Amino acid sequence: MSNEDIQKGLAEIVEEVAGVAANEVTEEKSFVDDLDIDSLSMVEIAVQAEDKFGVKIPDEQLANLKTVGDAVNYIATNK
Amino acid sequence: MTDDRDRTSPRLALRQRTGPAHTRLLGFGSAQGNRVVTNDDMAKLVDTSDEWIRQRVGIVERRLADEDQSLVDMATAAGAKALANSGTSPDEVDTVIVATCTLVGGIPNAAARVADRVGIVQAAAFDLNAACAGFPYSVMVASDLIRGGSARKVLVIGAERFTDWVDWTDRANCVIFGDGAGAAVVAPSEEPMIGPVVWGSNGDLADLIYLRENRYVFQQGQSVYRWATTQIWPIAERAVAAAGLSLADIDVLVPHQANLRIVEALARKLRANGARAEMVVADDITYSGNTSAASIPLALDHMTAAGQVHSGDVMLLVGFGAGLSYAAQVAIAP
Repeated sequence: MSNEDIQKGLAEIVEEVAGVAANEVTEEKSFVDDLDIDSLSMVEIAVQAEDKFGVKIPDEQLANLKTVGDAVNYIATNK
Repeated sequence: MTDDRDRTSPRLALRQRTGPAHTRLLGFGSAQGNRVVTNDDMAKLVDTSDEWIRQRVGIVERRLADEDQSLVDMATAAGAKALANSGTSPDEVDTVIVATCTLVGGIPNAAARVADRVGIVQAAAFDLNAACAGFPYSVMVASDLIRGGSARKVLVIGAERFTDWVDWTDRANCVIFGDGAGAAVVAPSEEPMIGPVVWGSNGDLADLIYLRENRYVFQQGQSVYRWATTQIWPIAERAVAAAGLSLADIDVLVPHQANLRIVEALARKLRANGARAEMVVADDITYSGNTSAASIPLALDHMTAAGQVHSGDVMLLVGFGAGLSYAAQVAIAP
């Protein structure tokens, strides 16, 4: 699975959980500052991403995933 | 000297008791303080806002105990109302259980004082700490005490006074909690009206909710949220199956009022798996705050008074919280 595929899949999750249009979910965007996603929605996104990509995203890791790109790279490296 | 008595066949046959086969909830009561604290009030204490709290937790205002209103006072008032609402005389009740995790001091317990004050003489009385799962835990213990022949009728009360345990400078936690008490009478029944409990604990996650500095209630919000939204719905579904029902049979869902988003996530999951869209879902946290063991019986009493719950409704009670502990059961509304 390419990084592009991961980003597309992640964008679908973000749209479903937080109602942000998938095409807004681009690599440079910050979850909190740009997409207005709160800490609990981040947990929901992580839980769905775990299912979708077969990766573990522990809560202590969430704070490090500031941008969409951070999350894509984490998933690509750890899946 | 050797003891060669045969321990497998005792010389004296002891008696053991059994009780009636079935139990039910008979009626509810509740009590809260008069101090209504809005989100704007909270924003004067800590850096927060009405919008932030509504969005994250779903609370509009919380009810706090009056300065001179103790946990035992609230439990007594709720218990007395549950007795009155169910037409139960104190002398029909012989056991009192108070589910609580916020009693200051711990000695003496709350239950004995509550029993005395509501007029239940010589009651078997004890507190039960399963935190936010305390009410379903206590209902099951009460039910089995009756079925086992150890109690005739049981007054079960969830009571919390978080005011004593909140750090009013900790904005992540102080906005969440409230005070209050809710009660139910558990009694023998001709028909089965309390389903089997599905309960347990995750002590490996004990440090997710605890008293910081032995003084202030603290929770790891994200981790608790993950646990509550991924591990609790299967417990609820197992409780429905254990009662021999399906999700479509549930009229009323009363989860612990931890956070409206957790409540809504649970309802969404259960509906996706077969519960009806018309299933009534408790949202008492909106005006009560999170009151731990009191939250389910507070919601039951408020919803009954508001006509949202009707006699004969199939209710699904789901408690979960510090421990981490959880318990779920089906019960028929009185």
